[in-house]
Amino acid sequence: MSELKAELAAGPESRTALPSVVIRFAGDSGDGIQITGSRFTDTTALAGNDLATFPDFPAEIRAPVGTTFGVSAFQINFGARHIETHGDDPNVLVALNPAALKVNINRLKKGGSIIVDTGSFNSRNLKKAGYDENPLEDGSLSDYNILEVDISRHVLESVKDFGLSQKEGLRCKNFWVLGLVYWIYGRDRTDTVNWLKAKFAKRPEIAEANIAALNAGHVYGEAAELSDSIGLFSVAPAEMKKGLYRTVTGAEALAWGLVAGSELAGLDIFFGSYPITPASPILHSLAKLKQFGVQTFQAEDEIAAICSAIGASYAGALGITSSSGPGIALKGEAIGLAISTELPLVIVNSQRAGPSTGMPTKTEQSDLYQAVYGRNGDAPLAVVAAHGPGDCFEAAIEACRIATKYMTPVMLLTDGYIGNAAEPWLIPSMKDREPFKVTHETNPEDFHPFDRDEKTLARKWAIPGTPGLEHRIGGIEKEDGAGHISYDPANHQRMTDLRRDKILNIANDIPKAKPEQGPETGDLAVVGWGSTFGPISRAVANKLSENKSVAHIHIRHLWPFPANLEELLKGYKKVIVPEMNDGQLKTVLRDQYLLDAIPVTKVTGQPFKISEIEAAIDAALES
Amino acid sequence: MNVIAPKDKMKPADFASDQEVRWCPGCGDYAILKAVQRTLPDLDTPKENYVFVSGIGCSSRFPYYMSTYGFHTIHGRAPAFATGIKLANPELDVWMVTGDGDGFSIGGNHMLHALRRNADMQILLCNNEIYGLTKGQYSPTSETGLKTPSSPTGSVESPLKPCVFALGSGGHFIARGYDTQKTLPEILKRAHAHKGTSLVEILQNCIVYNDAVFDNVLARDVASDRQLHLVHGEPMIFGKDSDKGIRFNPLTFSLEVVTLGQDGITESDLLVHDETNKSLASLIAEMGGDDFPTAFGVIYCNPAATYDENMTKQVEQAKAYDPEPSLDALLRQGHTWEV
Ligand SMILES: Cc1ncc(C[n+]2csc(CCOP(=O)(O)OP(=O)(O)O)c2C)c(N)n1
Ligand code: SF4
Repeated sequence: MSELKAELAAGPESRTALPSVVIRFAGDSGDGIQITGSRFTDTTALAGNDLATFPDFPAEIRAPVGTTFGVSAFQINFGARHIETHGDDPNVLVALNPAALKVNINRLKKGGSIIVDTGSFNSRNLKKAGYDENPLEDGSLSDYNILEVDISRHVLESVKDFGLSQKEGLRCKNFWVLGLVYWIYGRDRTDTVNWLKAKFAKRPEIAEANIAALNAGHVYGEAAELSDSIGLFSVAPAEMKKGLYRTVTGAEALAWGLVAGSELAGLDIFFGSYPITPASPILHSLAKLKQFGVQTFQAEDEIAAICSAIGASYAGALGITSSSGPGIALKGEAIGLAISTELPLVIVNSQRAGPSTGMPTKTEQSDLYQAVYGRNGDAPLAVVAAHGPGDCFEAAIEACRIATKYMTPVMLLTDGYIGNAAEPWLIPSMKDREPFKVTHETNPEDFHPFDRDEKTLARKWAIPGTPGLEHRIGGIEKEDGAGHISYDPANHQRMTDLRRDKILNIANDIPKAKPEQGPETGDLAVVGWGSTFGPISRAVANKLSENKSVAHIHIRHLWPFPANLEELLKGYKKVIVPEMNDGQLKTVLRDQYLLDAIPVTKVTGQPFKISEIEAAIDAALES
Repeated sequence: MNVIAPKDKMKPADFASDQEVRWCPGCGDYAILKAVQRTLPDLDTPKENYVFVSGIGCSSRFPYYMSTYGFHTIHGRAPAFATGIKLANPELDVWMVTGDGDGFSIGGNHMLHALRRNADMQILLCNNEIYGLTKGQYSPTSETGLKTPSSPTGSVESPLKPCVFALGSGGHFIARGYDTQKTLPEILKRAHAHKGTSLVEILQNCIVYNDAVFDNVLARDVASDRQLHLVHGEPMIFGKDSDKGIRFNPLTFSLEVVTLGQDGITESDLLVHDETNKSLASLIAEMGGDDFPTAFGVIYCNPAATYDENMTKQVEQAKAYDPEPSLDALLRQGHTWEV
């Protein structure tokens, strides 16, 4: 650790050491809140804390300034200990306008601190936010510590030498606030300064103005003797596994995981996609990676996106497509074709709140039925879900492995929450990875396109351009082996069985289910999948420390399930399933195992709080 | 030095698969299949590089009957599959076969974008102005008033003209032929020679659900008066006695049929076909109906950069800039810190 870091970590005498802190930055969508959050994230990561973030975007691109529906927020939980979620209730709320206060105040922990820009609390903005009276004056905030600063005025003062217009000057408000928060937590500004210089290399005056604002906010903190009002704190570095780290969002890690998977398979990626929130960042990330042989195709719609990817797989590439629920619905027929023609394909579903268009910027995990059951015909599909930003990398590799080894489409589930959230990530190394090199069939001797590998039941992958293997495939039922069109009743039964068995057989090729924490048998299993991993994990840890008999079982492979899952789950008296949907995994577990799994559901577009899961555990144990 | 013996030239029969062809006897698709099988031996493509891609419909059964690589996909989406195939392996010689319902109804959007993007492939549109496979409903190319099971009192829709659509979509090669046309292979060869997406509309008789629908153009007794066969650089002449021609009327900005020798009209008054002229092409593509002959041959051919070339170029450039890309290095770019 650098000397500076050590000093900051220890903090001056006047700093109170805290194990962890949750800050929520909120302001108008035009205020640069997401940038503030991500800069704070990087600086916090560099200071050695563990952390988790939650960017909470408004649905409108440019909502009218000052309105409640235009509020953008970014929450970060950072600590000297292992951090699993973005934190239930913030300790600190930064509210850059009345609307931001209005929308977020109810989340704030009682006794928490609020930093407000009084410069924006004018009658016009108060009215827009729906306040009849100024909350700073009517005593309604008496439960909190409030730091009132006329940030707008301070910012304009700090940037007045840079010749910016008033509007441009006020845009630096987010960096002023960041400077102030850095002071409160004893953070180093160097990284942010460098970032600004690089970001605005072409407009140095903007970089300098923002740096001036950052410094001014910091100096203000120093001069205002904040230790008396809201306090000065330090959060020591967390105990982390040794190695090289970076921060990563789920969308980035997923894109890189796909490249890693294609490298391990020895194939070029063809990525066909159509923009949709919150899946688009994967397309954006991959579009920058052409040097890896990645082709990205922005199709005319989701149907064309998946069809082009299947075409590419047919021609020998690793076809990948990505979307969110509504787009996955459109892809349904083509997924069936890929299942029927037994071609490898990775289908990424960045889930969002539904049904239909739903709430595009809000998270949910309600596409599990769609993934497991949602096609015409008996159309089994392997389903894998990522549980956090960094884990998206691993889940993507696993999806590529299954798709190529079993010649099958694989649905890779992620969601808006983990897609956008960031966390420190121990950077993996490719040389530690076991390749799963794919071979295309080339031997014309006695070739039949639907001959199978005895063990995996995968068919041979013969690609156009290979002499002597010319053959035809399609969605019409095909004769076992030969692949010719067949309406023979017994053959359809056999092919349906084969397609089912091939997928079920994957259960023997994935890790056995085991508790992440807690006993192997006991009173209660809390079963989760996808992005509820963090809150469940912390809630179960808390309950274990109260000596409750509770285990956390996380399911990465949602179809097929691990071979021993039924046996494991039947070892607990009760099973509860917290999910951000109306009880979908609960149903699949009941369906598969006649297991009385109890749903714990939440569909507010917001991730679970730890306390909500703790309450569900208590309720289940008591009933 | 090794001398590689020249391979025997392939024959049409070499492109017939072992599958029994299951179209109705007399279906125009047979003739189209034969024309394609006669065309391929004359092209410079190794057999294993041919890929036939289709959607769903009678005509979309086509790939099963070719002994090349083939992919029978889903209704209307063949252009997207074909695009993915071509991009994943630009060496492949991609042929798409579609029907008027497949290509212009459910697949209209994909057709539009395939034509606009211009990946190098051939699209053969078997236009029978009807839905064959689903038993005879009107299609987007059906004439207004056509009575079918889904339009018992006559269709009230106005028909789409595929070649006009293709021009409007930004297509760079547009041609028209008909199923039994002796010279269809010549048109197919032109389509193949064109680098980019080539659309060939082929008037195809559905003997069961829309028999003789093209008789007013194709019937032997009217053919020469109702057909104009285009030749680049030649005046547009047609008619039994080669006495009719097409003239441009600059006052109405439209074409008119004139008779040579009447009112002092000579060959020099006629339009000369220039297949690179888009304005002319749109006038010719519109021709037909009662007042004009229907044009056959290459209506428009004006090559441009292809999508697959451009895409490949970008990948090559990225690779040249970063010849040994390392994922490990990528993951370590930007802010990192050691714990
Ligand atoms: C998604 C979907 N919708 C509808 C159909 C039914 N369908 C199959 S072929 C067809 C129309 C075929 O007409 P056309 O493309 O003109 O081909 P033809 O049979 O005349 O050669 C329809 C509506 C289908 N297979 N899939
Ligand atoms: S229904 Fe018509 S288009 Fe289909 S095979 Fe029969 S004749 Fe041909």
